Amino acid sequence: MKPTSHAFKENARAALGDVNLQKAMTNLRAGFVERRALMISRLPEWDGLRDEAVAIKRHTLANLDFYLESFERNVIANGGKVHWCRDAAEANATVLAICRDLGAKTVTKGKSMIGEEMAVNEYLELNGMIPVETDLGEYIIQIRHEGPSHIIAPAIHLVKEQIAESFRATHTKLDPKRPLDDARQMCDEARGILRQQFLAADVGITGANFLIAETGSSIIVTNEGNGDLTQTLPRAHIVLASLEKIVPTLEDAATILRLLARSATGQEFSSYTTVSTGPRRPSDIDGPGQYHVVLLDNGRSAMLGTEFEDMLRCIRCAACLNHCPVYEAVGGKSYGWVYPGPMGSVLTPTLVGIEEAGNLPNASTFCGRCESVCPMRIPLPKMMRHWREREFSRHLSPASWRWGLAFWTFFATRPRLYHAASGAAARMLGFFGKRRGRFRSLPLASGWTGSRDMPAPQGRSFHSLWKSRS
Amino acid sequence: MTDARADTLDGIRRALKRGKLDEQAAAPLAARLKAHKRNLIPKRAAGLDHRGQIALFTAMAEGVNATVARVASAQDVPGAVAEYLSRLNLPSRLVVTPDPALDDIPWAKRPLLEIRKGRAEDGDAVGVTACSAAVAETGTLMLHSGPESPTRNNFLPDTHIVVLRANQVAASYEDGFDQLRRKFAKPEGGFSMPRTVNFITGPSRTADIEQRLELGMHGPRRLHIVLIDDGQA
Repeated sequence: MKPTSHAFKENARAALGDVNLQKAMTNLRAGFVERRALMISRLPEWDGLRDEAVAIKRHTLANLDFYLESFERNVIANGGKVHWCRDAAEANATVLAICRDLGAKTVTKGKSMIGEEMAVNEYLELNGMIPVETDLGEYIIQIRHEGPSHIIAPAIHLVKEQIAESFRATHTKLDPKRPLDDARQMCDEARGILRQQFLAADVGITGANFLIAETGSSIIVTNEGNGDLTQTLPRAHIVLASLEKIVPTLEDAATILRLLARSATGQEFSSYTTVSTGPRRPSDIDGPGQYHVVLLDNGRSAMLGTEFEDMLRCIRCAACLNHCPVYEAVGGKSYGWVYPGPMGSVLTPTLVGIEEAGNLPNASTFCGRCESVCPMRIPLPKMMRHWREREFSRHLSPASWRWGLAFWTFFATRPRLYHAASGAAARMLGFFGKRRGRFRSLPLASGWTGSRDMPAPQGRSFHSLWKSRS
Repeated sequence: MTDARADTLDGIRRALKRGKLDEQAAAPLAARLKAHKRNLIPKRAAGLDHRGQIALFTAMAEGVNATVARVASAQDVPGAVAEYLSRLNLPSRLVVTPDPALDDIPWAKRPLLEIRKGRAEDGDAVGVTACSAAVAETGTLMLHSGPESPTRNNFLPDTHIVVLRANQVAASYEDGFDQLRRKFAKPEGGFSMPRTVNFITGPSRTADIEQRLELGMHGPRRLHIVLIDDGQA
């Protein structure tokens, strides 16, 4: 997926006027936000679990090389293979080579953000494979040729009428007059179509929520069961995982699992948590004959030891998206790449560059909700600020901002001048705005007044009011 | 082209400002893996007696749209299954895993149930499996793969019926892991995980269309648990 993060402002403007998107986004609050709050209220140990989870990840990252090598050793001991890949190109080539080796044609896929990062579908298609997304949301955006708008609910930006239209356009062998008015009918239709793909597939690709060093296992967490059919029925199971998914033991994974579903969908536990270790054993009567872990770095090792290291604790629960007022207003596609919302605003610049994604860390009011709901206590606003600083120091921000900031700095570092100037400005605005009590437009402030009125000051500045109190 | 593995590990060590850990530095990490110490476990289930854990398991499973039928002994399973299927007007042809844990169920008592033992195939509407543990904390079942317990039987049939014994109900996922560690212990120490371990909490579901919950997306539409008391509860 080619990033369009540089066009965030244009994307966001279009999103704000998109009637379907705005309707679809209203589902976010009742769905994820309220259920999450309910689940956490039922678990008194919540904050204790968060503290332990943070400690587990910190310990793991400080010894990342050791745990990755332990993981690899145990994968091999169980008959599987680990493929180390520096970037998306290497990972794609590895996946293709495994598929070609098996003479594969159809590849089913469980939901994987690493797969999105690699754009593995496009790559496999170009090379003659037929990759089929099987998570309902991913399937919907695949047949619509779109990218995901949310890291766990990729089609959350769509209303059901749009989905029905895509089903009719794609499932042309079915009766065109069939009813497709509600979610139930569409789920059943997708179930029937994708069941045939599960049975026909030669290779199944899933992501991983965790890699377990102790056992050489990968864990996926799903609700639909598509990840399980994807990895159980074909001849080979390929796991796409980035380095930081590793934890030492099953017990460590259990602690983080207690945070994951509650933070993500507001469930006590997802329907299916599946631990996969190696290929089928000689006496097994089902399961894949091969087990491959594609272990992708793609810039993550370079985040270690920097101000962005904390981001490597992220478990992709999407709580920060679900609670972000900016995300809720503009939707995920405005962010222009695979990771939207606050976590995307931190991660995308590290993966595609601050030149492309400089808008994202600026698309925040720093209200701090993302950090407060993050189960892994990742200081997202602080890291967005680091990006803003880098952007500023590398002269990447627009000239008007830089001039504006220089102008403001000049006054802000001279308190007397600042007080005089701000007091004069407040008095002047108060005078001109006296009659209406607000301004419809102001010079140099169209960004504010374009969508709302500016209230007129009441005559005195905060500083002078404060002074007269004491 | 340089080696991606070496490059990645070198990159990590450079970022961590150290070389490969020597034996002395690696020893506590290896010990941590070996000890696989438990972290904080919620009191919700761990603080209950076994009878309370069974009640909590049942309530939690029902809370995620599973159904639970309690019977006194394995003798009563065929009747409970037949009753469940006829109440929901479901087919009476069953694919049953060849699991010795199900050997004491006298299917012949209900001659109208058609039993096939083996692997589930496309078109099998109802599957019966055993399980290896149940986690009271969240109403979760633990099943693992093996020659007698193919994983596909947990996912292909529209209706998944799980036979659970009261003594299999435990508090936490960690209790389930301990059971796997015992069952698959290697003579030289340590253990080897089976190919697949499934933690199943209710039937398949999705909310990908307008956040509306629908059951039965790709896996089973229904999860029915037959809980054998065996004089335990």
